[in-house]
Amino acid sequence: MIGLLKRDLTLAIRAGGGFGLSLAFFLIFTTLVPFGVGPQTQILAEIAPGILWLGALLACLLSLDRIFQLDWEDGTLDLVATSPVPLEGLAAMKALAHWITTGLPLVAAAPVLGLLLNLPGAAYPWLVASLALGTPALSAIGTFGAALTVGIKRGGLLLSLLVLPLYMPTLIFGALCVSRATEGQDAATPLVLVAGITAGSLALLPFAAAAALRVNLR
Amino acid sequence: MNLSVTDLACARGPAQILSGVTFSVAAGRALILRGPNGAGKTTLLRTLAGLTPPLAGRIEAEPESIAYAAHADGLKAALTVEENLAFWASVFGTRDPAPAIEAFHLAPLLQRRAGEMSAGQKRRLSLARLLVTGRPVWCLDEPTVSLDTENVARFAAAVKAHLARGGSAVIATHIDLGLPEAETLDITPFVAKRIAASDPFGDSFAEGAA
Repeated sequence: MIGLLKRDLTLAIRAGGGFGLSLAFFLIFTTLVPFGVGPQTQILAEIAPGILWLGALLACLLSLDRIFQLDWEDGTLDLVATSPVPLEGLAAMKALAHWITTGLPLVAAAPVLGLLLNLPGAAYPWLVASLALGTPALSAIGTFGAALTVGIKRGGLLLSLLVLPLYMPTLIFGALCVSRATEGQDAATPLVLVAGITAGSLALLPFAAAAALRVNLR
Repeated sequence: MNLSVTDLACARGPAQILSGVTFSVAAGRALILRGPNGAGKTTLLRTLAGLTPPLAGRIEAEPESIAYAAHADGLKAALTVEENLAFWASVFGTRDPAPAIEAFHLAPLLQRRAGEMSAGQKRRLSLARLLVTGRPVWCLDEPTVSLDTENVARFAAAVKAHLARGGSAVIATHIDLGLPEAETLDITPFVAKRIAASDPFGDSFAEGAA
């Protein structure tokens, strides 16, 4: 299974692998917000938690349809399904590879973009912590959605519709955690809820994704 | 007995394709599947490989003994030949890829990216994967597509060596592979009448119409 992870990471950084697509989208989205909203620092500071979380979520969504689609198109998915690697393991490794290539760069870039949006100083640790704990759930849920829609040509729209409602709890509590921190309130409770959603997603969704793959490979 | 199939019925999507398929392949033997286009050779091989559950019947084989090779090569264009083989070796938890490289004469191509190779070269790499899996029963779907005569001979030699090691093979093909001892099974008699397999939606629509 480590071989699968290594291969996915190698493919991501090779030409055409799509590494950096989500990060670039996140950078563009957040730097454009002050142009759209106006330069009033008070307003920017107020909306910064929501914008940063929303940007991270949309950036994640952008790369989901690649998770299984390329392997399905070139026949690799069939061959992996007949190998000793269980499909549950494949789904978990795919989610992990997606998080390393997408979620982790977003976590690292978020504090810099927080500066652009005039995010108050006290909120930075909470921003990084909530994204670090929340983005793995986005990858796990997205992998499940990708497994459901594998084999559908141009399945990106259906995938987004399936996945977005499942992303909402993470978005709500993640953004709430950061915005409570900007107001000096207790931010630990929403952070714990984000961590709980992530733990649940990581424990359950690889099995759901594997079941969806089995049906789609028939 | 490496692989034994009894009264197998296979479906692709909602349609039953084959029924009553019965054969067995002993260690050291090969079975050539024949049948016109669309008869169900691919469906049968996918069922044997465990990708599609059978509608009825039994497949008896050692667990994790079947190596499947499909129409699609399953190669990553951005990885080199060596990296592709190393990936499959790690997935199957096996072995040294050297015999596979040797058998399909891939040594001069090792550092070439799969995306930069010809269709025949890709096919050779895809067949070399079978040796890397280390599994005894090969289920091959049109393995010689886009191979030239020299490489068809290489492939036949690899199959013979595999059989000599006690392996076995089920091969769907339209050409003569030069395997004189291989048995041939024409699947045309097993082709099911194209009736929809149990489809609850179809049934309820039919009731609604009546």
